[in-house]
Amino acid sequence: MNLFRETGRYILLMKRVFVTPDRGKMFFRQFPKELEKLGLQSLPIVAIISIFIGFIMTMQTKLNTSNPLLPVYTTGLVTRDTLLLEFSSTILCLILAGKVGSNIASEIGTMRITEQIDALEIMGVNSANYLILPKIIAFVVMMPFLVIFSMALGVGGGYFVGVLTNIMTTGDYLIGIQYAFIPFYVFYSLVKSMFFAFIISSVAAYYGYYSYGGALDVGKSSTNAVVNGSILILFFNILITKIMLN
Amino acid sequence: MIEVKNVDKSFEGNHVLKNVSAIFETGKTNMIIGASGSGKTVLMKSIIGLHRIDNGRIEYDGRNLPDMRMSEIRILRREVGMLFQGSALFDSLSVLENVMYPLEMFSPSTKEEMTARARFCLKRVNLEEKAFGLAPSEISGGMQKRVAIARAIALQPKYLFCDEPNSGLDPKTSLIIDQLIHEITHEFEITTIINSHDMNSVMEIGENIIFIDKGVKAWQGNKNDIFHVHNDALNDFVFASELFKQVKKANQ
Repeated sequence: MNLFRETGRYILLMKRVFVTPDRGKMFFRQFPKELEKLGLQSLPIVAIISIFIGFIMTMQTKLNTSNPLLPVYTTGLVTRDTLLLEFSSTILCLILAGKVGSNIASEIGTMRITEQIDALEIMGVNSANYLILPKIIAFVVMMPFLVIFSMALGVGGGYFVGVLTNIMTTGDYLIGIQYAFIPFYVFYSLVKSMFFAFIISSVAAYYGYYSYGGALDVGKSSTNAVVNGSILILFFNILITKIMLN
Repeated sequence: MIEVKNVDKSFEGNHVLKNVSAIFETGKTNMIIGASGSGKTVLMKSIIGLHRIDNGRIEYDGRNLPDMRMSEIRILRREVGMLFQGSALFDSLSVLENVMYPLEMFSPSTKEEMTARARFCLKRVNLEEKAFGLAPSEISGGMQKRVAIARAIALQPKYLFCDEPNSGLDPKTSLIIDQLIHEITHEFEITTIINSHDMNSVMEIGENIIFIDKGVKAWQGNKNDIFHVHNDALNDFVFASELFKQVKKANQ
């Protein structure tokens, strides 16, 4: 019963969010700030995680596929496809659900409990539209760039560790990352990540917007935003994969 | 003028406002007073439209709020200024930007005109120029209240709502804020409604006082009448402190 109530409330909130802004000028002033805050400020964490996942994936694949019957390019191929199909979209989004989701939920939640949202409403501003729309659009726009950035660094990290530790040759790795390349995988990954970006930002905004009480409750809202956002990402990952790769 | 007629409001069977009627006059500081839990905040939120009432009318110069659609309420709210208990200034904006915010949102003026208006409002509430560029967290509670008043009057509202304006302030700053609200109300001919349980404020600026007791309007008058009323609930509320008991004795 609670699930239906929450879903209904979420849909009603999105109905208020996706309308033409009261003042376009204010939207376009807010939009670049959100691009910077939600997108550019996520670059360091995306870079660190992608490089290290690239390292470890190459090392693990090489160690576990040391069968002479397997072709030499296996390591590069597995690293590339894992990054393209799952890591740089799904796993990265799960990590960003923690960083960006908690950021959005706590920011909006604090505005709620300190009556800043009430102040906007009293002024006659559509607070949901003003606060949430720039965040959702900015994050959805930034996500493909983060995913491509992650793919490049992951593959690069794999190359770096492979060559540096002498577990494989440059040629073997380069053949591997080019072998049987399917460009559609990149498209699939980008579409999936944009959908996940919408889930992360809208679910976090929902929990923040309906926060009540004090600092402790804002903390609870942030936790709910991260947990439920992550569950939805995992659920929709199956659904989108079934639709797009079947 | 705001007129409240036969207003009822319940929350899940709990009847909070019972047939409340009152007139809030233009150019006067109208105060809603009452003990905690008496229903005064619910009354104020109902008047603003944050609560939907069960029965009755809330007329803003003849325009009945409960009959309005959300889009009409939004337009009406552009005539409303509000001073929140915790000031509710936007953290991410400077003092000047906070006051400019409603202007940028709704005023057709140029950037220069808006800046001039915001500076005028800040100066009107006696805020020093050096504070204009600071963040709300960098100024004192009293200054935050002044900025909130400046923001509330930026769009030249016809109606001003103040929710516990002296909450968290020392007596001297409270007096300054009270006087400021009083001056602004008269200067700009605003219908001001103040929700308070601070008897010092009531005695300072209470021109039209509505006393709410257990969801019912128990008394209406002004600060000069309040000492001579024979109403047990009102007397218990007004003369709760030793100071006011002494004042009453002195008046008798």
